Amino acid sequence: MKFTTAILAGALALASFTGQASAVTFKFAFQGDLKSLDPYSLNETFTHGVLGNVYEGLTKRGKDLKIIPGLAESWEVLEPTRWRFHLRKGVKFQNGESFTADDVVFSADRARGPSSDVKTRLPADAKVVKVDDYTVDFVLSGPNPILNAEWDTWYILSKKWCEEHNSMTAQPQAGQQMSYAALHANGTGPFIITDHQAGVRTLFKRNPNWWGKLESNFDEVIFTTISNDATRVAALLSGDVDWADPIPLQDVPRINASGVAKVLQGPELRTIFLGFDQYRPELRYSNIKGKNPFKDARVREAFYLAIDEIAIKDKVMRGAATPSALMISPLLFDLSKDFTRPAYDPAKAKKLFADAGYPNGFEVTMDCPNDRYVNDEAICQAIVAMLARVNLKINLLAQPKAKYFAKILVSGGYDTSFYLLGWTPGSFDSWNILANMYRCRDDKGVGGNNNVGNYCNPKVEQLTKEVLVENDKGKRDQLIKQAYEIGQVQDWAYVPLHQQALAWGVSNKVKVVQRPDNQILFYWFRKE
Amino acid sequence: MLAFVLRRAVQAVLVMVVVALIAFTLFRFVGDPVNQMVGIETSAQERARLRQELGLNDPVVVQFARFIWAAAHFDFGVSYQFKQPVNDLIKQRFPATIELSLVSALFSLLLGIPMGVYTALHRDSWLSGFILTVSLVGISLPTFLTGILLIFLFSVTLGWLPSFGRGDVVAIGFWTTGLLTKSGLRAIILPAVTLGLFQMALIMRLVRSEMIEVLRTDYIKFARARGLPNRIVNFGHALKNTLVPVMTIAGLQLGSIIAFAIITETVFQWPGMGLLFLRAVQNADIPIMSAYLLLVAGIFVIINLVVDLLYVVVDPRIRIEARSA
Amino acid sequence: MSAQHDASHIKWSPRLTKFLDNDLVYSFRKSKITVVATLVALVIVLGAVLAPWIAPHNPFDLKTLNLLDSNMPPVWAKGGDARFLLGTDDQGRDVFSTILYGSRLSLAVGLMSVALAAALGITLGLLAGYSGGVIDTLIMRAADVQLTFPAILIALLIDGTVRALFGESHDENAAIWVLVLSIGLSFWVQYARTVRSMTFVEKNKDYVLAARLIGIRPWFILVRHILPNVIGPVLVIVTINLALAIILEATLSFLGVGLSPTQPSLGTMIRIGNNFLFSGEWWIAIFPGVTLAALVLSVNLVGDWLRDALNPKLR
Repeated sequence: MKFTTAILAGALALASFTGQASAVTFKFAFQGDLKSLDPYSLNETFTHGVLGNVYEGLTKRGKDLKIIPGLAESWEVLEPTRWRFHLRKGVKFQNGESFTADDVVFSADRARGPSSDVKTRLPADAKVVKVDDYTVDFVLSGPNPILNAEWDTWYILSKKWCEEHNSMTAQPQAGQQMSYAALHANGTGPFIITDHQAGVRTLFKRNPNWWGKLESNFDEVIFTTISNDATRVAALLSGDVDWADPIPLQDVPRINASGVAKVLQGPELRTIFLGFDQYRPELRYSNIKGKNPFKDARVREAFYLAIDEIAIKDKVMRGAATPSALMISPLLFDLSKDFTRPAYDPAKAKKLFADAGYPNGFEVTMDCPNDRYVNDEAICQAIVAMLARVNLKINLLAQPKAKYFAKILVSGGYDTSFYLLGWTPGSFDSWNILANMYRCRDDKGVGGNNNVGNYCNPKVEQLTKEVLVENDKGKRDQLIKQAYEIGQVQDWAYVPLHQQALAWGVSNKVKVVQRPDNQILFYWFRKE
Repeated sequence: MLAFVLRRAVQAVLVMVVVALIAFTLFRFVGDPVNQMVGIETSAQERARLRQELGLNDPVVVQFARFIWAAAHFDFGVSYQFKQPVNDLIKQRFPATIELSLVSALFSLLLGIPMGVYTALHRDSWLSGFILTVSLVGISLPTFLTGILLIFLFSVTLGWLPSFGRGDVVAIGFWTTGLLTKSGLRAIILPAVTLGLFQMALIMRLVRSEMIEVLRTDYIKFARARGLPNRIVNFGHALKNTLVPVMTIAGLQLGSIIAFAIITETVFQWPGMGLLFLRAVQNADIPIMSAYLLLVAGIFVIINLVVDLLYVVVDPRIRIEARSA
Repeated sequence: MSAQHDASHIKWSPRLTKFLDNDLVYSFRKSKITVVATLVALVIVLGAVLAPWIAPHNPFDLKTLNLLDSNMPPVWAKGGDARFLLGTDDQGRDVFSTILYGSRLSLAVGLMSVALAAALGITLGLLAGYSGGVIDTLIMRAADVQLTFPAILIALLIDGTVRALFGESHDENAAIWVLVLSIGLSFWVQYARTVRSMTFVEKNKDYVLAARLIGIRPWFILVRHILPNVIGPVLVIVTINLALAIILEATLSFLGVGLSPTQPSLGTMIRIGNNFLFSGEWWIAIFPGVTLAALVLSVNLVGDWLRDALNPKLR
């Protein structure tokens, strides 16, 4: 009797267990919204990451960030200006259409077309030629060794589908006309978006017809925005979500001790740094009139030495940061090892200020975002206090990112004297850094578009040009190294602080793969 | 009478136009919408072209006229962030906010009125003092802190209630409701309490002071003198007289509950209009902001108008004043 | 909304001074809770005013901050440091000292914004009530428009506009004025409505008519005769508003438009501390939170008592 009861109970337990396990649902939450499903309308890490589960590029990047075949099975460089891609056969879009070379040609035009935000994915003057249904050539105007570096986020759309739904160009950022592609998705990837309520939640289902072998066991995935940090942590701890990002650093121990979830930390590719206006004859926000102290490299060096990055890493970042000597992550540049960060030296900083003619320091306003990077506002506050100890009076202006970017970037006329910013090279390569950060620009931002303080040195400018066309990796790395030696070591153009660490909160029931580019590709995740 | 109604209606329309004007002008300063729409690598020319397309370079008057014209047709344009009509977004979010507001209003009435009555009847009892003080403590903490503390207690520590969102919703025509599902009902408790605490304290205090005044009127004294039992006097006579102004205020408060939901919705990630609005402010999404403001203003103006008209029906003195004015 | 409703129920007796002398004082002493509340408020106000002299550290002097002191628990907890009674925050500021200095800012913002609101509201209310006609309609319609938006929205909007119009000032004190302006401008309606309705009542009373007959100028009548009579209800609104203003400042901080983080108010401290609630560093949010609650609560209690005490019907 007892025995049969036990069996019955066991059978019931088993039944209920299999009942639950029959549909595996993965719930994840992120700080920001999934704003558009059109993969060309917003050049943003999170959007690209999520859409990477639905759409695919010709190439992808593997778990180790190495470029691997995607919709292209293989490719070859026929001559330095002609690349040939052999497309995967038998791939179907989620609406059932077959994927062919026409879609690639179409996507290349669409990505470079009006209102696209991913125009930099391939050169504007590159010609995309269909050789046959499954072969495409890219004809370039000059050699470009990093042509396909960012193609993992240049997703291929169906030409026919876009035509049918009047989405031939990327979702226009302006105007009243709506784009079907912004609210619906039709990729070739392992997951299908079945319902999308912008800013609330997005529903994914497994794509049974995907060409690859799916590592994930998810049948259904639900995405929700949770913008408030504390709420997001609470949702993870109470089991309401399986994955949450970002996790505030101070909550890491508690989550790790909860027995419900763990925090997965890893290095991120984004470098957090400080920049100076070294262009205007007089700073906009300073008590020094008639001249610009930041034009003097000694002042920039003094700022560098007066900031105790180790303390910031230990206290503000709670160890979750890698102090950086360069504006690029060591993961992305092999010769980073040749550079070291000068040690914290407030005494020398004071002396440098005196040498430069500011023995009593001066006053300047610092622009800082307060909802963009990990602990951005706290970092700025700590820096303000450290600079106060070398007699500088820094007025801190910490603002939400909407206002912050509107002020300091090109649209605001680079309206800042001293700022904190973060940068990830989209191509995972130094040229992106040099071109954006070290190249001279004009007032309208032509040139080094994100060189906010307009650091400008013709030697670095020249090296940047050479880096772009150099095909030999060894020589290229040497050129990059030279550029950094001038721009960073000699000129102190920026104060690189650190690469912040990723902090994903992951339920103990879920196994994930975390890449330093912070893309959430849940086709590699599994849930028990 | 008709003249009075007409005049109030015209005034209401004027109010709406002024609100529209203010909302519109203020929003020109909130931040650069172009920056929010494109990634960091977009060039200056590209940005300039966008500004032109969005009409951000036209004179303010032209922009406003365009805005009013569209708004009059219930067309608030396309959200800069979400690339879909603001109308659709509002339609999606409207039920969530209304449900939250109504439930929290209900909560504040159901708790506030009995507590108000009790504290009025037993003015000097220690329990009254306790209730009054505790209700004040509830409103002495910023809503965002109350919300987080509730989440910490009931979601993280006890694990009783969900920490965010609306749970499962059921669609009934254009309306979505969370009140018909178990998860939806569980989800609404914490945000509704957080949002309702302030109103509850308010209503309790209002009931108390009204009740105390009514209890002192000759009418009540007379009723007592007639030997009616306390219970009948207190609840049959006094409370009934108290409730009229209380209901009026509660009705008017509904407008501000909807607006105060901004903070509660942010803390609980409640997918309502308030959250939409705050995110819009952070992202300088002007179409959403203007639509939200006009909607809240509209709700408020309508409630006001209804209350005004009810007064006319109820209180003859206003009718006279209206005629003479 | 209801604050002015409550207050308008006070049928004000013209003999204010007479019973201020005795009745009010008596009723105050009789209400123990009010006495306690007043004491609590006084302690906080004194602490705030005397902060530079009694605080062990000056958290606004950035030179003295050391990041290495950050996140220390209160002195009685494990890992506490005798230098920091209530522990330190994420920047190494002494929480106790910061509370003293922060209360200073919170109170300053609260008092100044309420003063602004009261001044504006009383003036407009008197004007509307006394003149009637077009001016009255204009002012009251403006009030209607304003009431359409709850304070929090108005403050957000004004804050955004001011910052945009005058540029992001690099003077940290400017942030205080922006807050005062935003909060002040969102509260004036209650005063205006109350004062207007009371002025309506008063202006038809014999003494005002008499004053008018003997040729006393209107503004003089307003100031000399009507104003003293509206002080009572205004005082009640002031206390309620003061509490609201302090909370509103905190809420605006939460929404990211408050004071500079290098000069934290109580609200800013709570906002920062909020992020450390789950991680066990509770003292960063709880101590300022308790202080804020105690302050707001006692101001509210005093307001409560004042309303009852000044209402002749309730005595």
